[in-house]
Amino acid sequence: MVDGSGKGRRILALWLPRLATDARHRARPEPEDGPPLVGVREERGRRILAAVDRAAEAAGLRPGMTLADARAVEPGLAVFDADPEAEARLLARIAGWCTRFTPWTTPDGTDGVALDVTGCAHLFGGERALVALVTERLAMAGFESRAALADTPAAAWGLARFGPAARTRVPPGGQRAALDPLPLAALRLPPAVVDGLFAVGLRRIGDLHAVPRAGLTARYGAEVARRLDQALGRLDEPLSPVLPVAPHRSRIAFAEPIATPDSIAAAARHLLDALCRGLEAAGEGLRRLELTAHRIDARFDARFNAGGDDAPQTVAIGTSRPVREPKALMRLLAERLERLEPGPGFEAMDLAAPVVGPLGAVQAGFGRDGDDTALGELVDRLGNRLGERAVLRLVPRPGWLPERCVAAAGPLVPAASVPLWPADLWPDDRPRPVRLLPVPEPVEVMAPVPDDPPLMFHWRGALHRVRHADGPERIEMEWWRRTGEPRDYYRVEDQTGRRFWLFRQGLYRPDARTPWFLHGFFG
Amino acid sequence: MSTPTPARLAELRATIRRLEGVGAGGGRVLPLGVPAVDGALPDGGLPMGCLHELAASDPGAGTAFAAALGARLAERTGGPVLWILGGRDLHAAGLAAYGLTPDRLIAVRATRTADLLWAMEEALRCRGLAAVLGEAAALDLTASRRLQLAAEAGGVTGLLLRLDPRHAPAGTAVTRWRIAAAPSEASAEDGPGVGPERWRVELLRCRGGRPGAWTLEWRGPGWSGPDSSSPDSSSPDSSRTSEAAVRAYALAHVA
Repeated sequence: MVDGSGKGRRILALWLPRLATDARHRARPEPEDGPPLVGVREERGRRILAAVDRAAEAAGLRPGMTLADARAVEPGLAVFDADPEAEARLLARIAGWCTRFTPWTTPDGTDGVALDVTGCAHLFGGERALVALVTERLAMAGFESRAALADTPAAAWGLARFGPAARTRVPPGGQRAALDPLPLAALRLPPAVVDGLFAVGLRRIGDLHAVPRAGLTARYGAEVARRLDQALGRLDEPLSPVLPVAPHRSRIAFAEPIATPDSIAAAARHLLDALCRGLEAAGEGLRRLELTAHRIDARFDARFNAGGDDAPQTVAIGTSRPVREPKALMRLLAERLERLEPGPGFEAMDLAAPVVGPLGAVQAGFGRDGDDTALGELVDRLGNRLGERAVLRLVPRPGWLPERCVAAAGPLVPAASVPLWPADLWPDDRPRPVRLLPVPEPVEVMAPVPDDPPLMFHWRGALHRVRHADGPERIEMEWWRRTGEPRDYYRVEDQTGRRFWLFRQGLYRPDARTPWFLHGFFG
Repeated sequence: MSTPTPARLAELRATIRRLEGVGAGGGRVLPLGVPAVDGALPDGGLPMGCLHELAASDPGAGTAFAAALGARLAERTGGPVLWILGGRDLHAAGLAAYGLTPDRLIAVRATRTADLLWAMEEALRCRGLAAVLGEAAALDLTASRRLQLAAEAGGVTGLLLRLDPRHAPAGTAVTRWRIAAAPSEASAEDGPGVGPERWRVELLRCRGGRPGAWTLEWRGPGWSGPDSSSPDSSSPDSSRTSEAAVRAYALAHVA
């Protein structure tokens, strides 16, 4: 069942009036009839109530009272220091948790969350059911909340805080009738403006309609008309989501939570099919795929820390080229699904393609194209298990030092588009070893000085007599990179035919020994 | 009982090789270009689409021989070679001299043996590749059997390069080779330094072929070796004769 009109936005505003005290109650579970709890902050040397729980409010305590006054009213108070930063973090986590209902969620002020649920409500059984679901879930987690769903963020904000019911759903286009009876504070106006309007007899939002706009703006500033227009939908008010929303995504919500690997894989396959259809329509393929799974038992364990087991679980894969073949993507994704921890079950899953690239209409080809596709899939499988930087091409790079003359490139660099290996970078007349030790190993060498090749050398406990030698090839340090002594390289062959690359570090000096190193092996 | 015709004999041989797991590449073979060696291999070349093992105690000779084989396979099939290794010491500038240029080589780094074997198996099933070269240290019979099956399924040639000869050989490789460096002989034209590289190449086992040992010299884009069709034995004496043959051969070609 789909509530609401097909066009236009639908915004759900959540208000958590007792965010700070609810979090404390959860952290230190106390009996229901425990002492009233208040949070206090310092203000000009006085301690002021910042948050009050339901029991404290019932006792007549309100935010803004001094702690001394509150103690006079209610001597048995439990007191904690308000921590606005921790509360902001907690609110951000709740906003992140809300991405299970829609990707567009954002913390709203210090105690609210705004969700753009346009086109999402039918996944949860309609708008009324969605509003009920959100507040019930928060109640299960220990948070008191009020929620309102309307066409505009402003109307939903006002109704959540000042509406007559804890759960409000305004039908599309009905925000004027719903807002008219609310006090002016529901328009998010500064208290001074509200007081000013109150003084001239304007108390409810409905009162404003009769007042000429020009006069309102002249006297109270443009804010009043702007907020009214935003609430009624005459002026657009964008929401910016917590996380960037990928252009291609699909989502599935489950009537019953799912926990078995089979059902998770089936859901992923379903999402992939939908996502790939969208990519095909756009002529694109994805380079990165993220699956986010939302657990049913999110509890916001109120240690106020970010992370924790209630955060939605995300697994991601990358591909070396744009892909939109569901089967190939599923093979990549399947291995990652094992990392998900469903616990009692997932209630929703999101699949998003945050990075896409152009991809022609036909992906499967014949002959060489087919081979390229197969190779691309292989590279992706290897990269996703071993790390993207583990699968490479080794291409020449301008540089004098042997250890710097090879650069890593993507494995699927098309040979035609880039000159992969300009021959002059690895010249034929300067033989290079097939194995190059990452760190040259010191060797003991007997060499006539100053420039003769070594006669023999000790390496790893064995003596190698040099039968043939080429060199020296002098390689200077790259002056723009670091300073160092030049190296004189010799290619030598020992009595068994093994060929080594040795170098002497530094110029010959009669008074000092120059160190020798083994740097590689020739074929 | 009729006399078997040559066609019938060839057919029977192909059947036997298929049963032995050699013919999975559709009977495709890769000639090494040295008549003596090719003559010892079934159908005149290294069978493609199956697993081969190269053991070498000298990392230089083993790597270069494997690179030259890989380059030949890449040239033949048009696809790249996947080289899967655990270390960081492979030097592409040196491999290019044996024909394994950057457009023909994709390097894969897998530090754990389990990952390396998994990557090899995955890659052997991928038809777009010319060869999969893996530097596996320890390999049990099951693992090598899996690799052989994957190579048969994908038609990709697998080369197991074992630079640590202490480990036991792979059980199921179709051919097993031992590669070692051999002293070079610089000819007058080459000058006094290190001559063209030579390798002592031993074919230790070959299903459908004959073991043998040869000394091969690397000349530009290929090997040269002894002209004689009969491989020498591995005794030092005949090794020397083989070197003489190489020299004669090489000199004949230079002249």
